[in-house]
Amino acid sequence: MRLDRNTFLSIAVMALFGLMLVQAETFLGDYQIYIVKLIFINAILALSLNLIYGFTGMFSLGHAGFIAIGAYVSALCILSPEQKEMMWILEPIIWPFSTLFTPFWVSVLAGGAVAALCALVIALPVLRLGDDYLGIATLGFAEIIRVVIVNATPVTNGSLGIKGIPGHATLLSCYGWTLFTLIVLARLVFSNFGNVLRCIRDNEIAARVMGINVFCYKVLSFCLGAFFAGIGGALLGTHLSTIDPKMFNFLLTFNVLMFVVAGGLGSLTGSLLGAAIITVLLEWLRAIEEPMNLGFVELPGIPGMRMVVFSLVLLGIILYRREGIMGTRELTWKSLGTLFGRGKQ
Amino acid sequence: MKLGTFFAFLAGAALCFCAVGQAQAADLPPIKVGVYLPLTGQNAFGGQLELEGVRLAQKEMPQVLNRPVELVIVDNKSDKVEAANAVKRLVERDKVVALIGTYGSSLAMAGAEVAEKAMIPGVGTSCTNPLVTQGKKYYFRACFIDPYQGAAAATYAYDTLGFRKAAVLMDMTNDYAVGLSSFFSRSFKKLGGTVLATLKYSSGDQDFTAQLTELIAKKPDIVFMPAYFAEGAIIMKQARELGATFRLMGADAMDNPDTLKLGGKAAEGFLHTTFPYDPTMSGMSAEAKRFTDAWKAAYPDKETNVNGALGYNTYFLIVDAIRRANSAEPKAIAKALAETKDLPTALGKLSINASHDAEMPVGIIEYKNGKRVYVGEVTPK
Amino acid sequence: MSLDIFLQHFFNALTLGSLYALIAIGYTMVYGILRLINFAHGDILMVGAYFVFFGTFAFGWPWGVSALLAVAGASVLGIVVEKAAYRPLRDAPRISALISAIAVSFFIESLAVVVFTGQPRPVLQPEWLVSEWQLGGVRILPLTAFVPAMTMALVVILLYIVYHTKPGLAMRAISKDIETTRLLGVKVDNIIALTFGIGSALAAASGIMWALRYPQVHPYMGIMPGLKAFIAAVFGGIGSIQGAVIGGVTLGFVEIMTVAFMPDLSGYRDAFAFVLLVLVLLFKPTGLLGESMEEKI
Repeated sequence: MRLDRNTFLSIAVMALFGLMLVQAETFLGDYQIYIVKLIFINAILALSLNLIYGFTGMFSLGHAGFIAIGAYVSALCILSPEQKEMMWILEPIIWPFSTLFTPFWVSVLAGGAVAALCALVIALPVLRLGDDYLGIATLGFAEIIRVVIVNATPVTNGSLGIKGIPGHATLLSCYGWTLFTLIVLARLVFSNFGNVLRCIRDNEIAARVMGINVFCYKVLSFCLGAFFAGIGGALLGTHLSTIDPKMFNFLLTFNVLMFVVAGGLGSLTGSLLGAAIITVLLEWLRAIEEPMNLGFVELPGIPGMRMVVFSLVLLGIILYRREGIMGTRELTWKSLGTLFGRGKQ
Repeated sequence: MKLGTFFAFLAGAALCFCAVGQAQAADLPPIKVGVYLPLTGQNAFGGQLELEGVRLAQKEMPQVLNRPVELVIVDNKSDKVEAANAVKRLVERDKVVALIGTYGSSLAMAGAEVAEKAMIPGVGTSCTNPLVTQGKKYYFRACFIDPYQGAAAATYAYDTLGFRKAAVLMDMTNDYAVGLSSFFSRSFKKLGGTVLATLKYSSGDQDFTAQLTELIAKKPDIVFMPAYFAEGAIIMKQARELGATFRLMGADAMDNPDTLKLGGKAAEGFLHTTFPYDPTMSGMSAEAKRFTDAWKAAYPDKETNVNGALGYNTYFLIVDAIRRANSAEPKAIAKALAETKDLPTALGKLSINASHDAEMPVGIIEYKNGKRVYVGEVTPK
Repeated sequence: MSLDIFLQHFFNALTLGSLYALIAIGYTMVYGILRLINFAHGDILMVGAYFVFFGTFAFGWPWGVSALLAVAGASVLGIVVEKAAYRPLRDAPRISALISAIAVSFFIESLAVVVFTGQPRPVLQPEWLVSEWQLGGVRILPLTAFVPAMTMALVVILLYIVYHTKPGLAMRAISKDIETTRLLGVKVDNIIALTFGIGSALAAASGIMWALRYPQVHPYMGIMPGLKAFIAAVFGGIGSIQGAVIGGVTLGFVEIMTVAFMPDLSGYRDAFAFVLLVLVLLFKPTGLLGESMEEKI
């Protein structure tokens, strides 16, 4: 890596932000830290879907499946054998899962790896489909993964889910994994590999004519996206401390898709912004359901208003700013410079 | 200043004075007890009834250790994240010394996790999943657990009704249904019966004809289906349409006035387990009678019900612990709660066992001639 | 398996399948003309069912009147949704329209929770539809015959509209080339509004049938039937009305027969439906009766 001014600046900002997070507990409450961690995890999920859909143009609606695999594999790895024995009350847990016990970072990587492996199995048949059909087929596979998790009680504890997952996902480790995802994806996307992917997205036939093995590149991008989705899932599991199959439904995929679209398809920094803004918005909207005291009159809280407002906000974004916050542009030092430069003129 | 505004100001000032006056009347600071229940969302029905029960009990016994008891009530909106937030808020902001809550096991698990970390004792009202209190030092419940309930249902079917062939129909994506079904099957087999089949469906399914036809072909005497009341009512209707002759039996999630409304004629002969209180029970204990009378006086347009009784009981359980501990320290309360023995309540004599669950018999409801009837109690072997 | 039991399963599957088919034809019609997956279809179904609930229960109107009003109300709702949420996005990328459709679906559901509350409510079933007929060892409801008959009738009407009327001709023209159609003097916006009106009327009709068969209404009742019917439409070849009927009936049979022949695997029922869908797409990438798409260069 050439160490020019911009790279140096980026590293400095990342380190500074890291330092700030080390001190976060002194100025943030439990609840705020919870939200910040959720933003990091959602950012990983958004980045991974952006690689598949935003950069390669594969309309995948199966993200929840990969997230589920990551969460379950990682949870099985970090729970102690005694905890597992106690929790599997319907059917005892089978070997080798019963004795599996690994450090946290191994479990996260394992979650990603198994998700990528599953993605490979799915990719080989379905990536030949295009457009909506690919979306439906991947949605179908995500549902199949969920049904299998529900039924595979001796491994996954079925619909009872897994509770009491140790909370290894600290603020710093979430930040670390987000940085890892961001850097790997940035290196990839702004290399020749990334150019090939964008070429496939914009004109698949042209790519084929130029002698690119389109299928191979698609499979690679899909599996890589699934790998990071698995990592995000692993972190999500330890962050929430409980997982069950119901969490990983279509709504989760849709949430991630929202982060990506709101941030801008084909923009990495856009995904970060999209994840942050929508996560905060969703949490902040909880306040709408509280009874409001306007000083002279007490308005009763209306249950369910949160989703009404949220769906209206979504509609507004898509109707009035459909390219998202960033479009396909990136937030770089250069663009920031131009922005402030223009401000001075 | 306009006249209207002036009067409003006067009224406001008067209110302030009243508030100050009240604060002076109580010589000691109040003991704060947090209540988190689903007052809105899909579990709102049960949560609201339980809250009414808690309020009723507080009205009856507003003081302990000569200090007033103050309830801090928060809605957990039938949502896991909200339940955890609610408990966080009660513990951090309101500094409660004990918690009451909640209806719904998954909500209680989320809340209990936070309470355990903060070392504040909590008592669940009607969360029957064994995992709620498993391994917890500070969490208890005022109800029985699913393995016990499943065993009671099996005992009633085998011993009292004399059935030998059972089958199970369950929502495999629902932890409550899966747990109860498995406990029922285990107990029924242990008693000597056979379980002919376990058929599954997923949440949101509305067509059960395939499973029911299959069950009809297997000819069981009884089918155990621990569904929620809305789903359960559809199952009853479809079973009747297909000409099923087996009995259907549910669990405490079927205990809802709407079961009869939604099921209509198809509910005839339906059975379900529940907590040992019902307005139609014969030979009511003095405590149960006191609850019934108090409820009828306070809420004349609402029928007395088991969720109300559970909320009522939970409050007394905590107040009793505070009294015996002779202290409002969370740790002392937790210790006293664990030692609760033979406390007379509306749901019979209540003791807390080693796994922090209340021990009480299981009630059985049957729908006869378009009415729900409390037919008796079972203690599983 | 005895013959009686098999026949019972057969009729159960036929009823469920025709319900799916009825929902699927509404989906497929909108998709065939606009290439838009109308995610709100299932929610319009729910609104239609609620209209009937209010008509019969709250106002005490007879069944036929409430049903007609429900269909009319739902078509108005469909036209409004098209105008507000889909028309501004007609030239936008497909994903935008899809997300808009999902947002509309969320909006209708959550608004229904606020307005109607989440409590399920019972629906009145007319007596003549639910008094069982006993045929040997098989029990059939008049409803079991009524639903497929209704589906067939609506399919015939729909085919007539699409293939033998002027607006139908315009619809087909729009599905081929929207710009040329506009140049030829067709009021494209009106025709698309009409398409949505008819699609939503079909959704409401299926919602009413659904509520007759499974007599409860609640705000989330449209999600699962909507999703399943959508799968059925894709399976049959989305855009093809006959395909939607075949897809719907097939899905009904797969769901019922999975449980009938493999009761131990009843937990995997939903997975079987998806596996079948993926298999069909692999061999016929546009579904059973779908037109093959040529790649444009």
